[in-house]
Amino acid sequence: MKILVAVKRVIDYNVQIRVKEDGTGIVTENVKMSTNPPDDNAIEEAVKIKETGKATEVVAITIGEEKAQETVRKALAVGADRGIHVKAEGIVEPLVVAKILQKIVDKEKPDLVFMGKQAIDDDCNQTGQMLAALLNWPQATFASKIGIKDKVLEVVREVDEGLETIEVVIPAIVTCDLRLNEPRYASLPNIMKAKKKPIEQLNASDLGVDTKSRIEQIKVEEPPKRKSGIKVANVAELVQKLKNEAKVI
Amino acid sequence: MEYDVVIVGGGPSGLATAIKLKQLDANLNVCLLEKASEIGAHILSGNVFETRALDELIPNWKELNSPIKTKVSKEKFLFLGKKKSLSWPTWLLPSVQKNHNNYIISLANLCRWLGEQAEALGVEIFPGFPASEVIYDENGAVKGIATQDMGIDKQGNKKDSFESGMELHAKVTVFAEGCRGHLGKQLIKKFDLNKGKDPQQYGIGFKEIWEINEKNHEKGLVMHTAGWPLDNNTYGGSFMYHAENKQVFLGYVIGLDYKNPYLSPFDEFQRFKTHPAIKKIIEGGKRISFGARALIEGGLQSLPKMFMPGALLIGCDAGTLNMPKIKGSHTAMKSGMIAAETIVENLKDNKDLSIYEDKFKKSWVYEELYRARNVKPSFNWGLIFGIIFTGIDQILFRGKLPLTLRHKHADHETLRSASETKKIDYPKPDNVITFDKTSSVYLTGTNHTDNQPVHLQLKDPNLPISYTLEKFDEPAQRYCPVGVYEVQIENDKPKFIINSQNCIHCKTCDIKEPSQNINWVTPEGGGGPKYGNM
Repeated sequence: MKILVAVKRVIDYNVQIRVKEDGTGIVTENVKMSTNPPDDNAIEEAVKIKETGKATEVVAITIGEEKAQETVRKALAVGADRGIHVKAEGIVEPLVVAKILQKIVDKEKPDLVFMGKQAIDDDCNQTGQMLAALLNWPQATFASKIGIKDKVLEVVREVDEGLETIEVVIPAIVTCDLRLNEPRYASLPNIMKAKKKPIEQLNASDLGVDTKSRIEQIKVEEPPKRKSGIKVANVAELVQKLKNEAKVI
Repeated sequence: MEYDVVIVGGGPSGLATAIKLKQLDANLNVCLLEKASEIGAHILSGNVFETRALDELIPNWKELNSPIKTKVSKEKFLFLGKKKSLSWPTWLLPSVQKNHNNYIISLANLCRWLGEQAEALGVEIFPGFPASEVIYDENGAVKGIATQDMGIDKQGNKKDSFESGMELHAKVTVFAEGCRGHLGKQLIKKFDLNKGKDPQQYGIGFKEIWEINEKNHEKGLVMHTAGWPLDNNTYGGSFMYHAENKQVFLGYVIGLDYKNPYLSPFDEFQRFKTHPAIKKIIEGGKRISFGARALIEGGLQSLPKMFMPGALLIGCDAGTLNMPKIKGSHTAMKSGMIAAETIVENLKDNKDLSIYEDKFKKSWVYEELYRARNVKPSFNWGLIFGIIFTGIDQILFRGKLPLTLRHKHADHETLRSASETKKIDYPKPDNVITFDKTSSVYLTGTNHTDNQPVHLQLKDPNLPISYTLEKFDEPAQRYCPVGVYEVQIENDKPKFIINSQNCIHCKTCDIKEPSQNINWVTPEGGGGPKYGNM
């Protein structure tokens, strides 16, 4: 069994995001970038499945600028076997990502495609679902536990009401939740070995996918600053302020 | 794993060593470890950069898209009173403080660029791997280092993600951890490297990056101040560098030999920004970065021996900063380049590493540090006498006075007891010009994996309450720039809290704690601040 895992390069989750002054986007220059955290869970799960002998190959793929390769390199350092980097500049929308992944799936013929449930930069939470639709494969989203029985996956999903357990037939798409596992650290020798593992480079245009944005971004702005609280003397004043100033009652 | 050379630390000195080694002998196996998540993420500096060392290391740096772009175009020096300021004519500044050939840079970005140069030459760079331990051979010589175990929980048990640290052995190990490196500290002690030297002197430096109004921005302007808000007996001053993109690098340095345990370096810096001469420049602007880091101020008198069996100690891990120049990047780099030359002669011709000393003494770094040596100790007489003496020493004698002033005390010995000193009443932050520690630490992007052993170790866990609180009102609450240390009242009893997750690796606690009770050790790799262009 072969598992394809999609990983995305995003601004590190510890970094405070800064909006560009002209409102055209956010500052990314000299900002620490990392792998999208739930994508780390996706890689970890794929590697774990391989370690139990149920999968034979784990292929990591990323889409983006030259430096996006770092995320594939990191995946290789924690156990993926080889990598694919599809070069694309600027913001690549979920639908475009899904279409590129569809082409790669046609080529690579994996049995499973794993990815994070969403990316922490745009929070779209769409790519996995769109890919499932394009491929007409079953999908299991927000996975917090994955069990494999022959050609069937048993997946526990994180849903509003609690946990939901479903079964999907392979081939399938799984989007991973942070609770799925604890990603391992890359060891020094494995990082060195990863430098020698192959990464195939392709251009999005070579795959016949149009990377043009369908969504027009009008403006990016910071959320309004939270005003500091005040103390009120009594209930009457509170009611009066809620009614006349905050206008919530 | 075996290497020819292992370098601990990816700052200017370590990277310069790596680059020079590969230039001298491309066949050397050179490995560089960095505790930050990427090169540059733990680097914080003013920085007005003198290119002398870089000119020697990479003469064509201008053609290689280096991040050294803004040449200093104008200089100012102000003495601040509480409301007024007095501009000191620049022609009356000692020549070491003149910057017309220098550049305003982000040292973090310079290190990122140096890292790329080093990697292109074949240096193996591993960010996210702190060297946590020195390995010695049977004769007691340094044989290499061990990296930190990853994935250990608070109680010391292995987590699922556990990854064992490993030993890296080298023919020569280079320690380039920066000011108060935690391995450097051990080596200085073990090999008695500071025998006959004065106690090391430190400062704490703050830096904020502001995006300011175009009308207040003068690209290339370098401004320094002395005086308010510090009193005559506290050593320190500010810098403000106008960089590209309407940014100013604004900072403050305070000598850690201050005496009042109620002094809060963070709050002094915040208060400083409210001075009319400063406020008018940043007003209407926005603070976009914050950080702090301890720096070396001891100079030549405190500089330890920089070689030992199997290893070299370079840059500010030893203490090569030039205090009156307020610069250490060029001297750190040069000390690393000399290290590389020493190592190549050691490996090829079997020469002893002690040749480092002679090479260092013949270099321009030594000459610079020699001339600079009397400035910092003269400020023990207070700001005014310090300035008068420095004028005579630096302008008339150009640092060649036939006497050397000594540093008498280590910084942890200088605090007076709380009962002898007055509390300082700092103004509340207005969240426009001045800020609190919480919102500041947020800007550093610092984090440490939650469930790991506390990396700020107390030698005696009772001491903070039983002694330090009693005698000094626990100054850790104030000298820590990000509020790692707190004293909270629990069941009517004071309790000492360490919020190690907030630590920005500045090392101030390790230096200033009056009983040297706090030991800073390396946390899990990749932890700590995520500085951008600091």
